[in-house]
Amino acid sequence: MTAQAIIAKVQGRAVPVRGNDIDTDRIVPARFLRCVVFDGLGEHSFEDDRLQLKAKGQTHAFDDARFQGGKVLFVNKNFGCGSSREHAPQALMRWGIQAIVGESFAEIFFGNCVSIGVPCFTASEEALGRLMAAAEKNPTSEWTVDVEAGTVKGAGLEEAAVLPAGPKSQFLKGSWNSLNELLLNAHGVDTVAAGLPYVSGW
Amino acid sequence: MGKNLYHKVFDKHSVGKLSSGQYQLFIGLHLIHEVTSPQAFSLIKQRGLTVRFPQRTFATVDHIIPTEGAERKRPLRDVLAEEMLVAIEENTKSNGITFFGEGSGNQGVVHIIGPEMGLTQPGQTIACGDSHTSTHGAFGSLAFGIGTSQVAEILATQTMSMSKLKVRKINVTGKLRPGVYAKDVILAIINKLGVNGGVGYAYEYAGPVISAFSMEERMTLCNMSIEGGARIGYVNPDEKTYAYLKGRKYSPTGADWDKALAYWKSIASDADAQYDDVVELDGSALQPFVTWGITPAQSLQVNSAIPTVDSFPSDERPLIREALEYMSLEEGQSIAGVPIDVVFIGSCTNGRLSDLLEVARLVEGRHVAPKVKALIVPGSMEVQRQAEALGLKEIFTAAGFQWREPGCSMCLAMNPDKLQGRQICASTSNRNFKGRQGSSSGRTLLMSPAMAAAAAIEGKVADARTVFAYAEEAV
Repeated sequence: MTAQAIIAKVQGRAVPVRGNDIDTDRIVPARFLRCVVFDGLGEHSFEDDRLQLKAKGQTHAFDDARFQGGKVLFVNKNFGCGSSREHAPQALMRWGIQAIVGESFAEIFFGNCVSIGVPCFTASEEALGRLMAAAEKNPTSEWTVDVEAGTVKGAGLEEAAVLPAGPKSQFLKGSWNSLNELLLNAHGVDTVAAGLPYVSGW
Repeated sequence: MGKNLYHKVFDKHSVGKLSSGQYQLFIGLHLIHEVTSPQAFSLIKQRGLTVRFPQRTFATVDHIIPTEGAERKRPLRDVLAEEMLVAIEENTKSNGITFFGEGSGNQGVVHIIGPEMGLTQPGQTIACGDSHTSTHGAFGSLAFGIGTSQVAEILATQTMSMSKLKVRKINVTGKLRPGVYAKDVILAIINKLGVNGGVGYAYEYAGPVISAFSMEERMTLCNMSIEGGARIGYVNPDEKTYAYLKGRKYSPTGADWDKALAYWKSIASDADAQYDDVVELDGSALQPFVTWGITPAQSLQVNSAIPTVDSFPSDERPLIREALEYMSLEEGQSIAGVPIDVVFIGSCTNGRLSDLLEVARLVEGRHVAPKVKALIVPGSMEVQRQAEALGLKEIFTAAGFQWREPGCSMCLAMNPDKLQGRQICASTSNRNFKGRQGSSSGRTLLMSPAMAAAAAIEGKVADARTVFAYAEEAV
């Protein structure tokens, strides 16, 4: 339970989900948050978006047989905006997503993904355009997202896909969940608490 | 070179740097609710850990609780909701954490009860597994939403890992016209800077309009910082902050009050503080805002037309088309006159006493339009008591509004209050995302309580300043 895996590479098929500002209510609608465990959230990923497309005779990438078993999610701008619910990345992870490559991410969503071991890589708009087109054209192509190199490769493409230095080192050292490290400095915590007048009792 | 409040408070709470380069930040006030905490308690239990500072965590139930009296009887009819309520009752009890359930008389939306009990104070770090935690920044605290993994970290260590943000000062100049409220100011800011304009930033709200705001108006403003992408929004503490806090349940008293005042004053931004960015907004020019789309930035002033798709940069056009299609609205269409099915007045954005007083003043002696379902949901049991003592319940019910029990209600569809089918709702809440109000095709128009009241009376989007003819009144 306390040991964490080093995450250096994620390899597998890619799933492109197009659109800017895809919020956490769309990633997992609130009615599925009525739960005391995260188990079972995976199947509800993008549930309402999937139903709406189905009603129009279209298919969401998460329902598309070609993308089943995908591990790398391609998205556009400001993915995961809205609520702080960790249920959103938990749902994607339980569906099978192990890494996300996007133009940009909402801040809380990004941090939640780090905490559960799902690296979110940033690539340019042009790169995402090429990546999504390639994944749609060759859905069975295998992709490799490399934390150290800062690249995503597959279908004959290689694009820069970067992580900020902090999370990058956390994934490479296997320290992406900070709890273990936070537990180490109990004395330092007490010192800070004692120095805060509203905590120590004015 | 002076420091701003963000850096002063962050530095006082920093325990040190972590191997990732992030900081270990002490959290002075941890607020929890039933949705994002049960998995965190399970996690620390599995790890054999205990709650390190149980006296610094406070709990309530808000998201899943029904707002109709009979529906609140235990066990709750919704077995999943009951299971969550039981979990927070048991987790708080077994860990020595204060729980403000219904029996305490202080239950309410977490971002309403913190301030009203004086738990929220200047110079604190405040975290809660809820993105609207930014509300508490109104008091000059650093308050932000976190995920469940961080809830577990704070329970176990009273700290979490965090990078430093940049700070953007947003100066709102001039004076708001009558009929223009804090809700309109924050919708205008999000419209101007975009839903992701604040990513990586804390927002410091300043200027004459913000200084003139009451504490409750500042809470409305800070509440929606996250809708502009800013995890933190704050206002420097001033005499209004101190006056608000005096005498509240958890506020310091006697000699402690003077020490607290000294601390609170010490953490305010210095006059020569540096900022990473400064933005100006002319408050005098603002009109009431209404959202027309599926993000809080897709908004317009009430008397204007929905912008054309071509007026947006090409990479934004797909989302604009998607929004128009979802909302069944047309480019160039006037937002005024759009028929409304449901009106929701409440939430952590606009469920406070001053919101309800303003609505009562406007709707007294009028009546909700036929076929419109209109709910008014107090943000807490304390707001409910005060409102009822002032006779607001009678005014609202006589006007055809339903007066409910406190909770998150129709803001987010985790309780029985939900839109049905393609209903369209004039809502004082904070998110107009697809499906947000509980129907996967339901539609939300965000606006101020006064504008929502006008929509209720007219049965369609209408300029509250015309409906209630209060344009000439001095404010």
